[in-house]
Amino acid sequence: MEDDAPVIYGLEFQARALTAQTAETDAIRFVVGTQSLKFDNQIHIIDFDDENNMINKSVLLHDAGEIWHISGSPADKAVLTTCYSKTSESRVLTCAAVWRMPPEWESGSHESPDDSSNNPQTLELLCHLDNTTHGSVACVLWEPMGDGKRVISLAENHVLLWDLQESSTKATISSSATLEGKGQLKFTAGKWSPHHNSTQLATANDTAIRGWDLRSMSQIYCIESAHGQLVRDLDFNPNKQYYLASCGDDCKVKFWDVRHINEPVKCLEEHSHWVWSVRYNHSHDQLLLTGSSDSRVILSNMVSISSEPFGHLVDDDELSDNEESQQEDKGKEPLRDSIIATYEEHEDSVYAVEWSAADPWLFASLSYDGRLVINRVPRALKYRILL
Amino acid sequence: MSSATTPPDSDPTGRRQVHSMLKLYYGMNEEGKVESLDPCDINGPHFDPEVYLNKLRKECSLGELMDHESCTVKQIRSLDSDMQTLVYENYNKFISATDTIRKMKNDFKKMEDEMDCLSANMAAITEFSAHISGTLQDQHAQITKLSGVHTLLRKLQFLFELPARLNKCLELQAYAQAVSAHRRARCVLQQYSHMPSFRGIQDDCHVIMEQLAQQLRQKFRDGGSSAKDLSECVELLLQLDEPAEELCDKFLSHAQSRLEADLQGLEAELIDSLVTDTDILEFIDRGCNEFVSNLCLVIASYQELFINHPQEGELLHVFVDTLAARYFSLVERRIQEEKGVGDNSLLVRALDRFHRRLQAISKLLPGSAVPSQGTEIVVRAARERIKQYLSALQTFYHDSLTDVRQALAAPRGATSKDATPSLPELLTSLSNFILNQLKSVLASVHLFTAKDITFSNKPYFKGEFCSQGVREGLVVSFIKFICQSSRQYCESAGDRGGSTPPALLLLLSRLCLDYETSTISYILTLTDEQFLVQHHTPVTPVTALCAEAREAAQKLLNHYVKVQGLIISQMLRKSVETRDWVNTIEPRNVRAVMKRVVEDTTSIDVQVGLLYEEGVRKAHSSDSSKRTFSVYSSSRQQIRYAPSYTPSAPMDTSLLSNIHKLFSERIDIFSPVEFNKVSVLTGIIKISLKTFLECVRLRTFGRYGLQQIQVDCHYLQMYLWRFVSDENLVHFLLDEIVGSAAHRCLDPSPMEQSVIEVICERG
Repeated sequence: MEDDAPVIYGLEFQARALTAQTAETDAIRFVVGTQSLKFDNQIHIIDFDDENNMINKSVLLHDAGEIWHISGSPADKAVLTTCYSKTSESRVLTCAAVWRMPPEWESGSHESPDDSSNNPQTLELLCHLDNTTHGSVACVLWEPMGDGKRVISLAENHVLLWDLQESSTKATISSSATLEGKGQLKFTAGKWSPHHNSTQLATANDTAIRGWDLRSMSQIYCIESAHGQLVRDLDFNPNKQYYLASCGDDCKVKFWDVRHINEPVKCLEEHSHWVWSVRYNHSHDQLLLTGSSDSRVILSNMVSISSEPFGHLVDDDELSDNEESQQEDKGKEPLRDSIIATYEEHEDSVYAVEWSAADPWLFASLSYDGRLVINRVPRALKYRILL
Repeated sequence: MSSATTPPDSDPTGRRQVHSMLKLYYGMNEEGKVESLDPCDINGPHFDPEVYLNKLRKECSLGELMDHESCTVKQIRSLDSDMQTLVYENYNKFISATDTIRKMKNDFKKMEDEMDCLSANMAAITEFSAHISGTLQDQHAQITKLSGVHTLLRKLQFLFELPARLNKCLELQAYAQAVSAHRRARCVLQQYSHMPSFRGIQDDCHVIMEQLAQQLRQKFRDGGSSAKDLSECVELLLQLDEPAEELCDKFLSHAQSRLEADLQGLEAELIDSLVTDTDILEFIDRGCNEFVSNLCLVIASYQELFINHPQEGELLHVFVDTLAARYFSLVERRIQEEKGVGDNSLLVRALDRFHRRLQAISKLLPGSAVPSQGTEIVVRAARERIKQYLSALQTFYHDSLTDVRQALAAPRGATSKDATPSLPELLTSLSNFILNQLKSVLASVHLFTAKDITFSNKPYFKGEFCSQGVREGLVVSFIKFICQSSRQYCESAGDRGGSTPPALLLLLSRLCLDYETSTISYILTLTDEQFLVQHHTPVTPVTALCAEAREAAQKLLNHYVKVQGLIISQMLRKSVETRDWVNTIEPRNVRAVMKRVVEDTTSIDVQVGLLYEEGVRKAHSSDSSKRTFSVYSSSRQQIRYAPSYTPSAPMDTSLLSNIHKLFSERIDIFSPVEFNKVSVLTGIIKISLKTFLECVRLRTFGRYGLQQIQVDCHYLQMYLWRFVSDENLVHFLLDEIVGSAAHRCLDPSPMEQSVIEVICERG
């Protein structure tokens, strides 16, 4: 069974920020933010036409600065947040803001692509998440499955919980917490847990992973030295409330049960450089995507620690037929945790990977040189999981 | 006579000739003497005077004839006088002989009379003798009869006295005598029991014997007496027709109580030995001398006593088995106490003695399971021993590693120049230590299979002990342990902050590699030779072990590269992260951290060079260090970042990616390295520079920030190329760094290449 070839899309700028449009459940849509110090930065909205294997894109101008992080509202598909760096008076500061896409972008994009690019539309600013007193923002997190009224921003060593009011045009800090102590306290990543009524947050600073209770804004657990070096990203298992995946500069991906934080549940060491991004599939949590600065994206099948541990084992022979990319079968492992595929379409470091919000079998990865690659889970595996 | 006168003989030999002449005359011719037939021989019997004279006359001159004549006359004269003397002598002798004969005639007459008288006397004696024997005939028969009666009477007397005698024996406790006496009389009494008098005796005897048996039983029951007494008792009782089964039981129960006392003694000693530290040989000795020899004694006497009761053999087996089981449990407890691995010979000797003594039981009691159980104990002890040796080896290995660690830590201190051994020295001493220790352990274990040890020819010690025990259980396990513990260094250190010094990783990696190349096959050959391992059971092949060692070596070396790379990365990262690159001043110097990086790399190069070979590098151009370095050096960057606002379209991407591939090969950063210095250094530098690149990409630079990066990269370029296998790699990564910095620069105006060079050369 032949799988579809990956679809590659090139941006002319370097890019780090990628997100799936969370609120959009029909179209397969990714949003990419560019990084350029010299030119106006853009937001590329990439629509993937699954049937024709085609990409439609729209470009919106983001003239506030280069984009380090981007995140879409779970409630309103037109609303998104960015973290962008602003240079003022020889000082670089990363700020965060909530934006609304202009309502015309969708219709405009379907005309000729040249028109839209010649005359790009601009994002409409809703409000700033004012961080002048707290320092650079690392990321902004929307409340999972929320109504799009609450976001968290991680600024230096502060966790700030914002309430968005008046159609997101006004943001006020409802509560905050500050990490204090010795060592490197700057947050590098965070994730708002979809479990426990969205009352928990996990953050990463240096080599530690911390859990926070948002009701009391206090720390509930701390995994010191979770990785040998810097922790780059986190993700919660969407189906198992205590399970958490993390990745970092020690080239490892680790799986944690936050109730037993002394040892990771499992540890993968497949990348040959820092792992920058880790994402659970939203529906089938055995599927795990990682992107690394070794320019590779790896799709793993972590059957043994998924919420459906014994179902749908993957048959190696059938998998090896999928010549979509190089296969590194590790079928001998107990419970057949295995790497499904290693994707090598990127030439530069991959800083972001994302599953599509609409199609659970589709994902995108973005490398620094501005290349966005859209791939699918091998069909054989897909049917095995489904049937 | 005439011949006697004629011979004219000279004097010296005359006498003899005279004698022979006389002999001739009396016919006493000597045999063998050849008589001369010469007629000219004057002394010969065939002398012919005529011939003689003629001859003389023919042959001799006158003078000679004259001489001959006078000589002959002289001879004749002497012969005459001789003859005269002889005649006188013979005459005298004849006269004396005549006298003697006359005297004899008288004597014989007297003797004849006496002989007549004697024969008369003899006739009288014969007559008397016949008379006497005739009278004595009757009395002889009477005496014979009387002596017969006498013996019968004595027998009867014995019978009559028997009860009294038995009583007396009873009193004196001379049971054996009593029993034998009774036995002698029993048949007779039985035979004549119809006669009232005998019957009385028999009854009496019965009563007494009953009493005796009672006493014997009592004595037997008391059990206090020695084994010999006991067996005597049983023998007597058996002779008294006691039931054998009961006796068996009783006998065994007595024996058991005694043997149990022995066992208790042993147990007490066992508990003592924990305190007083007596060696195992003493313990086994005591066990053998007391328990086992007593047991043998019991078996022997039992079999002797109850030889006619084969059905009781089962009982004995059960008896021996239960006691032996207890004995074995004691011995095993004692063996388990034997944990010290210093001297194995004591244990082996003890086991040998233990085993040897049990063979006696197998001889006494064929079919018994005891000796084989004993062998099993020995086998278990040997197995246990191997395990202990393995753990001792493991401890030793850990200890030596700790020593090495300390030795490695020392150079950081005061005595950095000398006195501390260098890495190669440490390596050789470590591997020698391990090898020697392994050899000594093998020698110790080898004692188990020595020829003079009884159990060494058991099938276990010939086959399984050598192959599964020593080879697999000890040697192979140890080698596997080394590999495994080495791998653990890689795993634990990565997470927990790298507690293992990198030099140790390097050392261990080399050690494992050495094991792969030579040591493993050496050790295994040595083992196979010493133990004559017969490969009945599948054993781990040398190649598998070598592969494992190589894997461990690879892993360690990879880890070393990772650790060293991280140390340098960390420096670079700190230096990039902590600086305000936007507001930095114009570069005047290479930053100190870059010098530190080069220094560290150089020292790593030296360190690795001590243990690993140089390795191959790609030929490099002579002007490497002079290579210019421009921000926009590569054409792809010009294409990609040209200030034109081109629309993004899928078709562009494929073009871009093709251009990409022209210029870059994928570089695996944390990839496995080869076992040589260049490859190791390449790995470390790759990791460091990649970190540098990623950190640069996260920052924003001002004009001078970019220039500083340019200077730094040029400096690295000048020094790092010589360490790596492919200098293009360094160029490529440094290009990327400078390129990325330029992109992250707010005001990208690069520094003049000549200025950079001046700054770098100034240091």
